[in-house]
Amino acid sequence: MRLPCPCCGVRGNEEFTYLGPAGLVRPAPDATEDAWHAFMHERENLAGNHRELWWHGQGCRAWIVVTRDVRTHRIEHAELARDPEAAR
Amino acid sequence: MRYSALALLRGALTGQRHWTPAWRDPEPKPAYDTLIVGGGGHGLATAYYLAKEHGITNVAVLEKSHIGSGNVGRNTTIIRSNYLLPANTHFYEKSLQLWEGLEQDINFNAMVSQRGVLNLYHSDAQRDAYARRGNAMRLAGVDAELLDAAAVRAMVPGLDMDNARFPVKGGLLQRRGGTVRHDAVAWGYARAADQRGVDILQNCEVTGIDIAQGRVVGVQTARGPIRARRIGLAAAGNSSRVAALAGLRLPIESHVLQAFVSEGVKPVLDTVVTFGAGHFYVSQSDKGGLVFGGDIDGFNSYAQRGSLPVVHDVMESAVALFPAFSRLRVLRQWGGVMDMSMDGSPIIGTTPIAGLFLNCGWCYGGFKATPASGWCFAHTIATGAPHPLNAAFTLDRFRTGAVIDEKGAGATPNLH
Repeated sequence: MRLPCPCCGVRGNEEFTYLGPAGLVRPAPDATEDAWHAFMHERENLAGNHRELWWHGQGCRAWIVVTRDVRTHRIEHAELARDPEAAR
Repeated sequence: MRYSALALLRGALTGQRHWTPAWRDPEPKPAYDTLIVGGGGHGLATAYYLAKEHGITNVAVLEKSHIGSGNVGRNTTIIRSNYLLPANTHFYEKSLQLWEGLEQDINFNAMVSQRGVLNLYHSDAQRDAYARRGNAMRLAGVDAELLDAAAVRAMVPGLDMDNARFPVKGGLLQRRGGTVRHDAVAWGYARAADQRGVDILQNCEVTGIDIAQGRVVGVQTARGPIRARRIGLAAAGNSSRVAALAGLRLPIESHVLQAFVSEGVKPVLDTVVTFGAGHFYVSQSDKGGLVFGGDIDGFNSYAQRGSLPVVHDVMESAVALFPAFSRLRVLRQWGGVMDMSMDGSPIIGTTPIAGLFLNCGWCYGGFKATPASGWCFAHTIATGAPHPLNAAFTLDRFRTGAVIDEKGAGATPNLH
């Protein structure tokens, strides 16, 4: 599998470190147990497009948000995580 | 038909015309007492123990593809019970005990081979950790031996004992561990369950779970609706998809694990060896091929195939441990979808929905657990409450913090 880094172009996935799903928002420290449980543990994990965070540690060292079909590894989209629309 | 040496001899005299299909291929009935979603090893074992231990035989196993097409036919066949944490130690020891009597129990040759599982250590700190785990096992009544370098050298010729970077200093040996012919486990449990009246419905994907007033009443399938008051989910890598049909969101991510088989060679390795400095495990099948694997690929995947960096990594580990293996060719490589849980331990228990039971989170360690998983899940479904052996493996433990994190890696499914 190769990932299209917005800075470096298409690179092998061994250059990247995977974090997990994008868009998980850390709850406030005094949030309910349910909110923390949902953030820490509960995942949608469906077979289809998945928005996820990768770190290009052996390249530009940027965090990128990749939208990938987890059934086929087809990449729909990749953007820098610092871009405001990626924070959705 | 009961399999025996006598039946085989009698068949030899009559042209082997006595063979019949190992299990029926029935049409789905409109309703069952209990449905098991997922016809893998765990689902079939659950159906078998429901019938055998609890007398519940009006059971159907719903399999979206064919029996043996999922992870039960895709693993590296290792069985062991060398865990540190009490919940895991007792559960996996139950599994190993069931393996020891399995073939007589289900009248099927599963080629259970207790050839030993040897975890190598490469440093003083690792030896201490292994000694601690071995002592925990012995306190729980499980066999464990700590070997020094000389004993490992004598037991496993071919190891690169004096590797400059990761010299082998010894190992933790569980002699009762070993390997089992994985396909035979699926076929054997399927046949044994079928003989006790369980319907095995293949090509019967579940597309909906019907819930009324907070309890399950049936499922929608590719072969029509089926009613049942008790439903057990044992869908492994597809657990999140199936649970979503009931509105549940699980602490599970699906990842791909690869396995490899080399060309067949003469006997070179008569035990299971794991590398302590990387993640690598290897045994030799009776056919002669080396069966080995390593880490999961590390990113969410529902594709039953892996990526090349992990292939590279596994081969490096193989050659670092056994330099002679560099001359071998890899014959086959494949991937399976793993249900990675948030603490590296499984979930067997109840759900917030009455009548719906959950069995998942096997984290690429599910094969060895097959008998105990089925045994405990059957108990949970039949009685409505977990057995003491699986009481700790609740879905709720993530909310309450009572996680069972063997590696201490935290809520990081790709690192367990």
